[in-house]
Amino acid sequence: MNAMTPGGFSARFAGLRDHLPGGRTPWVAALRGAAAEHFAATGLPHRKLEAWRYTDLSPIAQAQFTEALTLAAEHPVLPPMRAPHRAVFVDGRFAAGLSTLPAWCRTLAGDLNAAEGWLGALARDLPVVSLNTMLFEDGLMLDLPAGTDGGALELLSLASHTGRAIAFHPRHLIRLSEGASLTLIETSLGPDGASYLHNPVFEIQVASGATLSHVRIQREGRAGFQLATVLAAVEGGGTYDNFTLNAGARLVRNEIHTALLGPKAACHMNGAQLAGDGQHADTTTYLDHAAPDCASRQTYKTVLAGKSRGVFQGKILVRQVAQRTDGYQMNQALLLSEDAEIDAKPQLEIYADDVKCSHGATVGALDEAQLFYLRARGIPAETARAMLVQAFLTEAIEGVTHPLAQAALAEATEGWWEREAA
Amino acid sequence: MLRIEGLTAEIDGKQILKGINLEVPTGEVHAIMGPNGSGKSTLSYVLSGREGYEITGGSATFNGVDILAMEPEERAAAGLFLAFQYPVELPGVGNANFLRTALNSIRKAKGEPEVDAMAFLKMARAKLKTLQMSDDMLKRNVNVGFSGGEKKRNEVLQMALLEPSLAILDETDSGLDIDALKIVSEGVNAMRGPNFSALVITHYQRLLDYITPDRVHVLMGGRIVKSGGPELALELEAEGYAKVAA
Repeated sequence: MNAMTPGGFSARFAGLRDHLPGGRTPWVAALRGAAAEHFAATGLPHRKLEAWRYTDLSPIAQAQFTEALTLAAEHPVLPPMRAPHRAVFVDGRFAAGLSTLPAWCRTLAGDLNAAEGWLGALARDLPVVSLNTMLFEDGLMLDLPAGTDGGALELLSLASHTGRAIAFHPRHLIRLSEGASLTLIETSLGPDGASYLHNPVFEIQVASGATLSHVRIQREGRAGFQLATVLAAVEGGGTYDNFTLNAGARLVRNEIHTALLGPKAACHMNGAQLAGDGQHADTTTYLDHAAPDCASRQTYKTVLAGKSRGVFQGKILVRQVAQRTDGYQMNQALLLSEDAEIDAKPQLEIYADDVKCSHGATVGALDEAQLFYLRARGIPAETARAMLVQAFLTEAIEGVTHPLAQAALAEATEGWWEREAA
Repeated sequence: MLRIEGLTAEIDGKQILKGINLEVPTGEVHAIMGPNGSGKSTLSYVLSGREGYEITGGSATFNGVDILAMEPEERAAAGLFLAFQYPVELPGVGNANFLRTALNSIRKAKGEPEVDAMAFLKMARAKLKTLQMSDDMLKRNVNVGFSGGEKKRNEVLQMALLEPSLAILDETDSGLDIDALKIVSEGVNAMRGPNFSALVITHYQRLLDYITPDRVHVLMGGRIVKSGGPELALELEAEGYAKVAA
């Protein structure tokens, strides 16, 4: 069998289709059936596709992942809770006993019929999204009422050590009504020795004047895979901010599609990728300016050590109607070893004529003059390098203002270089 | 005491230092003057351990220890300080964090207890005051957006906090107006004492009006060609390098 054929996952679906949540509910079954058909036709994306030139998913196709059979028997060790509310998913399934949900949060499996017309509304014909639609079991269903300040909510995804190669495909639906605001801090964790696939899809709707700050901290185990797709739609005057830290996993693809649909919608997409020996980190963004007077800002920083590979692809589409668009994209990479490789592909596609759009990219090593300056002041070489790596990340991280998110990010990035250099 | 004997060094195969002999006894301030290209900055970089310079002969010892075999951070821990001619900008590194990390690295290397954030802030503020610098300096990124004068004052602030026993000041006067020159000089003079020595490298005599050296050495073509008392600096200023060295 060709490595990229859909065989494994499609066969799982054929066997499970009636047993998955909503398996006998017509609208869900129809949605899953259509996704399965699409996935059967495409399979996992392969490197001949332009959007996947730099990221090879054949290790995922070869792994023959199966579903987690039962909830993990042993309770995982949870990181300390930072926000007043937390939703915990273990192997893609909601762990009620570990969670405290606010009134405006439910779970998808718990109330699937409430998701009709919502689930799949933003989905596109992306194979990875179809794979999720076909096999999702659960997810967060967050519906923040108009004018509500939701404060901060933690979303925690844990992979348990089952001894089998498992895959889970959580589907998270997030809707902020007019003028609502929320900081969502999402952390994904997994044991280092386990091979697993975490394939989350987020469908995010931000209504007029609403603000969602979405902080994603990816710390999957070093043998794990994450394929994450964020699909966000922002109405006029709304703001969607996404910050993604990729620090774990053997391979991660962080794909973000944001559409600015009404005047004066705004979007900040920032991120940092830290990859060490044997890791592959890919951030791919699509920004669709579909209304006038919208602003978008993107700053991505990638730090690569050992034999690692980083990818940044960023496309900005400015439609004809999107006059007075203000778009900015910057991606920078710091290579700490000769074996590291970065591929960067910025893309602007502009159909409006009154537009301010710029992008830039830099790739470099640590600055020897800066390193010597620090060492000449008595700072040991490894500490000096760590300081300069942290300084490089600062510009991307300083946009994250919520103190809980800052604390979570600091914890995830501090000491990274010391660990990689060890 | 700093003792340099027959020091030769090259960069990219080009010999710059052609046999330097120099002694700076503890407690003394010596000036090195010389025209552009004479090897002044190379000498300061070789002594502080910058990469890229090949030492082809001779020796440099500080209190009897061979400093040329040490890493730059080990030299700093041993009490050596280089005030850079062109202080380096460090975007993303806060000045307070930088200064405290440097101070504690040196203290740790010497087996002394580290200074906590509160105690450090108190120390730093006192030094800032004597250098007529604003507390804001601590919050800014290291040298980023600093004027020429601010950068040089920041060098002197670092020196004041790290309390080296031997300071090499590489063209610290360049780019300074007269007020900044006075403040920087006062900062250096405040360090003078029986346990502090300095090597003041300068192109012009001007700085030596404020920092009076015990000895003046003329560096030309990679060698010390003449040494004398403070009056030698005035002689150089009046008559030029070529004539004095002839």
